[in-house]
Amino acid sequence: MTNLYIFIEFVLLGLLASGLSALIALSFVLVYKGTHVVNFAAGEVMMLGAYLYYTGAVVLQLHPAAALFISLVGISLVSVAIEAFVLRPLAGQPTISILMATIGMASLLHGSVEIIWGQSPLETPALLPRFPVNWGEVMIPGAAIGNFVISSLLIAAVVTFFRFTQTGIEMRATASDPVTAASLGVDIRAAQRMTWILAGLTGTLAGTLIVSSGSVSPALASVALSVFSVVILGGLDSVTGVILASLIVGVLESLTVGYIDGKMRDVFPYVVVLAVLVVRPFGLSGTHEIERL
Amino acid sequence: MNTPIVALDLVVRDIALAFGGIRALRGVSMKAPAGKITAVIGPNGAGKTSLFNTISGFYRPNSGRVILGGTDITDAAVHARAGMGLARTFQNVALFSGLSVLENIKLGGHHLINGNPLAAICGLSSSRQAEMALRAEVEQRVIDFLELDNVRHKPVEALSHGLQKRVELARGLAMRPSVLLLDEPVAGMNREETEDMARYILDVQEEWGVTVVIVEHDMGLVMDISHHVAVLNFGELIAQGPPSQVASDPEVIKAYLGSETSAVCA
Repeated sequence: MTNLYIFIEFVLLGLLASGLSALIALSFVLVYKGTHVVNFAAGEVMMLGAYLYYTGAVVLQLHPAAALFISLVGISLVSVAIEAFVLRPLAGQPTISILMATIGMASLLHGSVEIIWGQSPLETPALLPRFPVNWGEVMIPGAAIGNFVISSLLIAAVVTFFRFTQTGIEMRATASDPVTAASLGVDIRAAQRMTWILAGLTGTLAGTLIVSSGSVSPALASVALSVFSVVILGGLDSVTGVILASLIVGVLESLTVGYIDGKMRDVFPYVVVLAVLVVRPFGLSGTHEIERL
Repeated sequence: MNTPIVALDLVVRDIALAFGGIRALRGVSMKAPAGKITAVIGPNGAGKTSLFNTISGFYRPNSGRVILGGTDITDAAVHARAGMGLARTFQNVALFSGLSVLENIKLGGHHLINGNPLAAICGLSSSRQAEMALRAEVEQRVIDFLELDNVRHKPVEALSHGLQKRVELARGLAMRPSVLLLDEPVAGMNREETEDMARYILDVQEEWGVTVVIVEHDMGLVMDISHHVAVLNFGELIAQGPPSQVASDPEVIKAYLGSETSAVCA
């Protein structure tokens, strides 16, 4: 029976971890859907957000909620600046140039963070109370449940925002056909700016949730890179796809750690992703257009 | 929500537009009178679509002004012109696929709702009322008017080309424009669809009193429905006036219509 409990425990841990990866994946998908840019700096923006949270909570000794608020405001400003000074001037340039610009931006942010905060891990206060949940022999850390619940709520909020609000509808219209959207009276610059802000905010929330159950270090940025498997599997422009993909990859990763080897954690899911992409090159529910990338 | 449409004059004055060495428009001046149907015609490459894109704001002219009802809109952003009463359709069907006919048409009216995202998220009654009023207006005035009732919930990609063009016209109307720009409204349509579209354009102009400006290659349609015709050739305006007068203008015949005037008036 213990074997079954271990299996359940790993599956649950995997499912719970998928909430955060879906949130990070959402920050990629938002930008891709909204502006057709694959943002390789998403991880660095997330990391910067987490460091801002650290600065607020530890250096300035603020309440964790206030620190989170500060980091969200800070990232909004950074996102507006990235849109205005990096992407706007590159509008109309080949995809590869924009892609290289986001990689350059990633290096710039990474370097700046290391200069300001150093490379060693810094302990951060918890946003959520720490409590383990026991269910028979299955033991789940409370933070995992908390992170999952918060991520799910945030994802639901973003989806609702896009479906029902005026701004959300304008952003979708801009993503789907900017020229027509503009002629219908949508300020497409504002919509694209808003897309970057929203992506920055989701990344920062994910980053803060991750570091708040431990410490923050520049290695956080590479978490986003591992989420890339989720994004590609789900389809670069599909919110439903990445939610589904993060559940699949989350469970796979967790089972790999449990049954194969911890070091295989970053390898095995990619093997599965590769296998899926051979059959569906545009991901689980992405649109065929993406094949052109 | 039921403010009547006020038709406005649309005037372009000395518009010049160049892309590098190519002079797409060379000092074009014309006027589309309020509440009338004005057609812009000309051979391929004459600058018709360039003129339309300049009026909508996608192109900034090198010189010249665009004046809507006495207001100079040359420097206004594309999206701001929608609020000033300018609506347009596109040469290629530019509907949002994945959405229904009704949703596409409602998008035309979205700029009339004072959007407060927070209020909309909370489902506040004011924003909901505005949304309901928009829907009611769209249903009664636009969908019924253009006879789109039986397809209103269909996804737009399931419709025929002719119907898709009609949905685009409907979306333009939902913007409650003062001036409606139609870029080749019957391109790729068969004869029956073309006749239907001609009737709808006439109805729109008569019942809504809106100023209509069309770019069109279908000479029969242009001569039948327009009150005023402007002819472009190589970026220059070579004639404008009532259809009969333009059709017999020797300059126009030479440039565009061939030698037989009778073919035009058929």
